[in-house]
Amino acid sequence: MQFLIDNFAALTITGITLGAVYALIALGYTLVYGVLRLINFAHSEVFMFGTFAALWVVMLLGGKAGGSVGQVVFWIAMMFIAAMAMSGLIAVVLERVAYRPLRKRNAPPLVALISAIGASFVLSEAMGLREKIAGWVGLDDELRSYVRNSRNAVGLPDIMRKEPLFNIGGYNVTNVDILVILGAVAVMIVLDQFVKRSRLGRGIRAVAQDPEAAALMGVNRDRVIQVTFLVGGVMAGAAAVFYLLRIGITRYDVGFILGVKAFTAAVLGGIGNLRGALLGGFILGLAENYGSAIVGTQWKDVVAFVLLVVILLFRPTGLLGESLGKARA
Amino acid sequence: MSTSTVAAKRGPRGDAFKNRVSGLPTPVKVVLWVLFAVFLFALPLLNIPFITTADSDFGGVLFTVATYVLVALGLNIVVGYAGLLDLGYVGFYAVGAYTVGVLSSEHANIPWLWTVPIAIVVAMVSGVVLGAPTLRVRGDYLAIVTLGFGEIVRLTLVNSQWLGGQQGISNIPRPPGAELFEVPSLSWDTGVPVVDLDATTTFLKFGIGDFIPYYWLALVVIALVLVFDILVKNSRVGRAWEATREDEDAAELMGVPTFRFKLLAFSLGAAIGGLSGALFAGKAGFINPQSFELLLSILFLAAVVVGGQGNRWGVVLGAIVVSYFPERFREFADFRVLVFGLALMLLAIFRPQGLIPPRRSRRVKKADERQAALEEGEVHA
Repeated sequence: MQFLIDNFAALTITGITLGAVYALIALGYTLVYGVLRLINFAHSEVFMFGTFAALWVVMLLGGKAGGSVGQVVFWIAMMFIAAMAMSGLIAVVLERVAYRPLRKRNAPPLVALISAIGASFVLSEAMGLREKIAGWVGLDDELRSYVRNSRNAVGLPDIMRKEPLFNIGGYNVTNVDILVILGAVAVMIVLDQFVKRSRLGRGIRAVAQDPEAAALMGVNRDRVIQVTFLVGGVMAGAAAVFYLLRIGITRYDVGFILGVKAFTAAVLGGIGNLRGALLGGFILGLAENYGSAIVGTQWKDVVAFVLLVVILLFRPTGLLGESLGKARA
Repeated sequence: MSTSTVAAKRGPRGDAFKNRVSGLPTPVKVVLWVLFAVFLFALPLLNIPFITTADSDFGGVLFTVATYVLVALGLNIVVGYAGLLDLGYVGFYAVGAYTVGVLSSEHANIPWLWTVPIAIVVAMVSGVVLGAPTLRVRGDYLAIVTLGFGEIVRLTLVNSQWLGGQQGISNIPRPPGAELFEVPSLSWDTGVPVVDLDATTTFLKFGIGDFIPYYWLALVVIALVLVFDILVKNSRVGRAWEATREDEDAAELMGVPTFRFKLLAFSLGAAIGGLSGALFAGKAGFINPQSFELLLSILFLAAVVVGGQGNRWGVVLGAIVVSYFPERFREFADFRVLVFGLALMLLAIFRPQGLIPPRRSRRVKKADERQAALEEGEVHA
């Protein structure tokens, strides 16, 4: 308890940055769930590919530690473009390959979950075996720096140095902390406005509300679903960049536990509800940090899951309820 | 379109096979079943080429397959019969294994055989404890809550020194046995089966080198669970489960206390999970938290869904597919998971009802087709 009081500021800031990443990944789950009533189990792999895309673009363009402000902005912009493009692409392909054929056959939802699990294995193993796969195609020499030791963690060059900006309650808030928090909130606001105001956003809401009525009103359901996956993937790409800046390393299996956490955040806030995902992400990040300060870091994940169970018991539809789609029976 | 053309449509080949088998006279059926059982027991001794795993001990592989079958039968009660999506089933498996470990080696010296019923009861109680508060939430929420439970169990195992922590528990006693007689196995070195008197298995000797007796034990347990499964499924309880699965509100309105039946399904499934955990602990002699990863839960669920949730023979087949093929194709070890993932996707797309769908859902599908044909007929008329 004393530890919590002494380090309250530090725990809060790190909790919020962590929560921001959870929240951005959670958006992908929430969007897809809102439209398709489906846990997109492979979304964590979409995120993982984003981290690698961001990492590779820096390697490809020869990014080095320590640069002027302009250089740092350039690198981060490149990372965003690469990660969002890669994650968006993977998400769209995923929908095409793993979900659309099932929809055409009216398969039960549990089967879609199995297909998603299969896709998740394929994606993460494809990354974990990239060394071997490159060997097959005969490109392992050319791609050496990207594919070697494909089962190990790879680190990002320190392109954005963590520098303390100001001090709150004994914790030096760094520029990376601020970037992650402000950046995530900004991305969220853009998305919220997109879903609220744009034509495509209206389509998404319509399909979430009532797929059949939407189809009768001339909404192209397949296209809306595709856009939903694309948007979710792009958000995961943004999350990937923030994650990489904050944590600095990634691995082929980085997605799994992070995905579970992000899904937890989505459920916590009320799955299908975009603002709920934000709230859930922050609550989860903070609760984990405070909780681990009280009962010990090794219980961090347990705190997250116990919190989830407790909230679902009292509010079975999450904190903010479902708003993207109709309430579930 | 007349209904006769629809009725004349042939059912899947499985139906024809099933009809032919069930049309046989009872004594023939009994003989067939006995032969099948004998074949299953003899399987590890026959060393049939191609089926036998070259890279890992075949008896051990068969034991693994058997535990998967047992787990799938238990999970099928929860997912297939009652329609409750459980992603944390490995938690119960772990509870069973750890109960055995704690009681037989870590903190007490109770013989293995005595700890098994205790493990079943403890797993069952943990099923009630988890189910009682959470079974009020539905569908995907339940999935995530159970997933959380599985992780809570695993992390508790990792972090509790009382439960052995990361190192786990070793020196778990083996099932009691008696060295009765030796059974020889076949050898196929020359292409023709030859009885190999050097490679023998001692009947009822649960040692460290030879896993075949454990497989036999698991087979007996599976048979018992299957009998139990058939009895429960065909009883009032089984029908209540199916009603709840198909339409919970309607079932409740018709006077089925759905919550109580869901809880029953959950705890029975948990008990069977605990039982397979106990078997696993007895064979391995050593358990640690790494044996109970979340991934295992997902594989268990995959076994049930791939096989055809709700059909007990389907899930048995699903469990065999999920556990056997990765062992058989160990030479492609690096690509095993990748191929497994691809196979899951392909199966989901091309056999959405599972390999062997339950009879009821086939009937529903047929009825739907007939309905569609009738409606079409009306439109054209």
